[in-house]
Amino acid sequence: MAVTREAMLDQWEQPSFWRRLTVWDGLWVLLATTGSILLWWLYQSYMNGYEVAIQVGCTLALVAWGVYWKPARSFVLAVAALAVLALWRYGADYALRHSDFWLKYFLESQAAFMWMSALYVLATVAYFAALLGRSDFVGKTATALTWTATVMGSTGLLVRWRESYLLGVDIGHIPVSNLYEVFILFALVTALLYLFHENRSRTRAMGGFALLAISGTVAFLLWYTFDREAHHIQPLIPALQSYWMKIHVPANFIGYGAFALAAMLGVAYLLRSGAEARWPDGLLARVLPPLELLDEVMYRAIALGFAAFTIATILGALWAAEAWGGYWSWDPKETWALIVWLNYAAWLHLRLTKGWRGAAMAWWAVIGLLVTLFAFLGVNMFLSGLHSYGSL
Amino acid sequence: MPEPIPTDRVEQASPHASPNPAVNETVTRQPNCRRTPSWALLEFFGSMNLAITLLVVVAVASAIGTVLQQNQPYPDYLLKFGPFWFEVFRRLGLYDVYGAGWFVAILAFLILSTSVCLYRQAPGMLREMVRFRTNVQVRSLRGFHQHAEWRLPDRDLDAVLGTVSELLRARGYRWRVHDGGDHRVVAAMKGRYNRFGYLFTHAAVVMIGIGGLLDGNLWLKLKEWRGEVVLETRDLAARDIPAVSRLAPGAVPAFRGNVMLPEGAAANFVFVRARDGFVLQDLPFAIELKDFQVAYYDTGQPKSFVSQVVIHDREHLGEQPMEATIRVNHPLSYRGYSIYQSDFGDGGSKLDLRAWPLTVARLEPTEVKGTVDSSLKVSGPTGPLTLELDDFRLFNLLPEPDAQSGERKFRNFGPSVGFKLRDAAGEAREYFNYMAPVQLEGRWFFISGMRARPGEPFTYLHIPADPSNSPERFLRFNARLRDSIWLRDFLARSAPASDESPEFRRDFERVRLSLVELFAQGGSAAVAERARAVVPAERLQEASALYLNILRDTLAQIFIEVLRTEGVEVEQAVGEREEAFFNDAVSALSALPAHASPFYLQLTGFQQVEASGLQVTHSGGVGVVYTGFSLLIIGVFIMFYTSHRRLWAWLAVEDGATRLLLAGTGNRRQAEFAREFASLRTMLERRLGPFEEEQSAPPTIPSPDTRLAADVGTR
Ligand code: HEM
Repeated sequence: MAVTREAMLDQWEQPSFWRRLTVWDGLWVLLATTGSILLWWLYQSYMNGYEVAIQVGCTLALVAWGVYWKPARSFVLAVAALAVLALWRYGADYALRHSDFWLKYFLESQAAFMWMSALYVLATVAYFAALLGRSDFVGKTATALTWTATVMGSTGLLVRWRESYLLGVDIGHIPVSNLYEVFILFALVTALLYLFHENRSRTRAMGGFALLAISGTVAFLLWYTFDREAHHIQPLIPALQSYWMKIHVPANFIGYGAFALAAMLGVAYLLRSGAEARWPDGLLARVLPPLELLDEVMYRAIALGFAAFTIATILGALWAAEAWGGYWSWDPKETWALIVWLNYAAWLHLRLTKGWRGAAMAWWAVIGLLVTLFAFLGVNMFLSGLHSYGSL
Repeated sequence: MPEPIPTDRVEQASPHASPNPAVNETVTRQPNCRRTPSWALLEFFGSMNLAITLLVVVAVASAIGTVLQQNQPYPDYLLKFGPFWFEVFRRLGLYDVYGAGWFVAILAFLILSTSVCLYRQAPGMLREMVRFRTNVQVRSLRGFHQHAEWRLPDRDLDAVLGTVSELLRARGYRWRVHDGGDHRVVAAMKGRYNRFGYLFTHAAVVMIGIGGLLDGNLWLKLKEWRGEVVLETRDLAARDIPAVSRLAPGAVPAFRGNVMLPEGAAANFVFVRARDGFVLQDLPFAIELKDFQVAYYDTGQPKSFVSQVVIHDREHLGEQPMEATIRVNHPLSYRGYSIYQSDFGDGGSKLDLRAWPLTVARLEPTEVKGTVDSSLKVSGPTGPLTLELDDFRLFNLLPEPDAQSGERKFRNFGPSVGFKLRDAAGEAREYFNYMAPVQLEGRWFFISGMRARPGEPFTYLHIPADPSNSPERFLRFNARLRDSIWLRDFLARSAPASDESPEFRRDFERVRLSLVELFAQGGSAAVAERARAVVPAERLQEASALYLNILRDTLAQIFIEVLRTEGVEVEQAVGEREEAFFNDAVSALSALPAHASPFYLQLTGFQQVEASGLQVTHSGGVGVVYTGFSLLIIGVFIMFYTSHRRLWAWLAVEDGATRLLLAGTGNRRQAEFAREFASLRTMLERRLGPFEEEQSAPPTIPSPDTRLAADVGTR
């Protein structure tokens, strides 16, 4: 670029949005739309009008995401490349997952999830090592591990989507249909949200805390896989055969992921404020992320989570109106979604209109996650209702 | 509650207790602060504390209803809690929390509180959107987190004013200039539509709340309360339901009702359940079910439920009825009513049944024909019984019983019949018999489940199937044990040859006979009990073992005799298969008394008639609610992701120099505003020269926002 920083600053007018776009932005837009059109061309026979509309919406969102946050591009491209490789290795033969080298060890969904799991756990360790050892190099490694894990997990989900069709055309569906699949989605969303804030705030100090939540998810996933054999692809029951699932579930998990991130930052906040009170000169008080930063990111995570959760709950209501005969049935899952939503509404009011800050809000964010976890897991485990297909 | 933590909130234009009243006075100011009762009421309902309390209270109240399963049949609750707590919980409305008066009242409270809040805030917000705050003091501007000052010795005030306006225009601000005599104030703002965020979200909450309440059971409750409607609690056919328990079409603006239609049947009503009863809602049209189909995946799991229906409506459709298909996730909308696929069941399948006697010496079965949902009189050992045929299922997909633990496998156990046997006193036992034999651990069984009380798990009887896939061998064996004439004769014939005295042989024969009879009446348990009754405790173990040995030997002899009559070659040895069969048969015989059925009812043929459960709904509030939904989404995003920003430039001539004080604030997204302010300041510096370092202003603590801004600003 020929424009220097000086020259940019000297401009009275802020360059318009369009003028700020670079060649790379253009290339990104082109690539994303071409990819999407190609996908549509390949798979249009499986899609109805609503699903095409969802695809268009997703493409726009993807383009905007990449323009707004540059690292998203490399991420999306890496995932796309790996997914294409997997699809190519598979062809139309699901059995190849046992024999093809690439599939068996890297790209088959189950293999990809194992990579994801291992890398997230390593990343967690690395983030804490970087924090306590104050090592920049280890920190960078942790970031790279997290990115790689997220790429593997996302690839795994896409591949699993294809695999479900290889299993049987009538079985094929987007992999957000049971607890196993959404747990992976949850880990990925949480990781991406964290990476965004890491990138924006230019510190890796929050990493260990965010990744701790993800490692917990991984532990659950491994138990769920090996003890319960939950990883098998199951056909969709009639109630889930709807395009609504494609938007309702991911929107929900943006919410869950954001709330989880906020809660983990809440934990960091409590640790830091405790450390500052007790050992003001200790290691913890120095290396843990600063309180103002935690407070700010916590707020932004809860705001995003609240917005996403609002959309998700409304989409759920619209779906319910189509599937169950009413937009609201006080089904336990619905009701708990409302409880989660009201809880964070209270949190936001306290912060904005009453100016609360500090440990109380951090505690509330942590407890908020327990409420959220109950809505997400506990309801499926302990309460019966229309959502019972999500059971453990 | 912890104290509100005082923080650096100068920038936040909040309508509540802001540390910088100069900035926020228009929003906080009450129009008339006279303490009238209505004012106090408004103050109470619109208070933030009440609002936050209500948010939490509604959350907790909602949780209560998820702990106890709602709207179950009342007898189930009675069974679960016992009469005392059942009544207490009933009065508290815990069986239908979301329809209970107290819950609706809390919701209404939240709606009221939000409305009052909106009513009080909206005028301020709207004023805030149009009013440029030209009436500011230097002191308060210096109190802003974002501010900068210049002393410009050789600049003309109007020229500086021009530069500032130019900058504001370039950055999309709108502004007003106020001439204060010795100074000028430029008051600018941008992003005022942020205030719509508050208005939209909170109006949306009110709309969704009101719409939702209207779509709930409020109308029915009102009609009940006024005595116009009485819930029907008896199990009546639709035509017998009295008029007070019927609702004409349009009598309530919202309802949700169900009807179960067998193939070929039609209905112009639905049942609306409420608490422990229901009312019948008439529809202005009739729904006829032509066909109902369930499709299955290869694994046996259901894949789709599809109803082909015909809508009959003379008035609107004329003689030509309308055909439609209803599937899960694909309801039919007709004249503001929505019709959903919600359930399925049996619509009177015709069953061929064979009743094999179990408690008498007879082997010949009785052939019976019946339809599901009908009952037959049969005779039982202790009096007449009613056989109620309740249920027929074509598929029974169940977890694989032979699976390793943790393995997720399913097996289709095939067709089944469910029925009840009710005695003269009204006591009923429930049975569930599979049609085809089931393979378990390599052997085949006819399975029959029984439970004495609804809600309990079934206990299963496993009748071994013979090589021709029939229960006959077992039944012949069973019949032999109950044929005392034959038994006597057989035992005499088969007594082991020995040199014991004839008395001993007679006694031994008697013991064998009574053991077999005991076993046939009460299973192994009865034999053990008899041993306990007649043998002294110290010899009990030994004697029981002896009894059981004798019994087993005798049963084996009888079984071999049964095999012989079947023509099985048993002279040399009994095969492994027969031995396994014998063991299974003895287990089944031992379980027979507890099974308590005078016959084994075998399903031999069927002609399935399905029924489709349709739900019909009408919700008058849906328009309001959906509008609320849109407003809520738009509002939330506006509120979080835009910000109402204000800038002030205070200009005066002091000692021949022009003084410029620039200050600003945003009501959201402080970090972003700090960045914007920094860039504005830099631009002014390029035109006007460096700004003055702070002298008079209070030292500013680096806030998260500026820190972040500094971070981000360098990229
Ligand atoms: C279910 C009910 C409610 C919901 C979901 C809700 C939601 C929200 C949200 C999401 C915010 C934005 C917070 C932020 O930006 O951090 C907000 C702000 C606010 N809410 Fe509520 N609210 C509800 C009820 C109420 C009630 C009852 C009151 C009145 C006491 C109220 C008063 C306010 C005020 C004054 C603001 C600040 C607006 C501003 O400064 O822009 N809210 N509300």
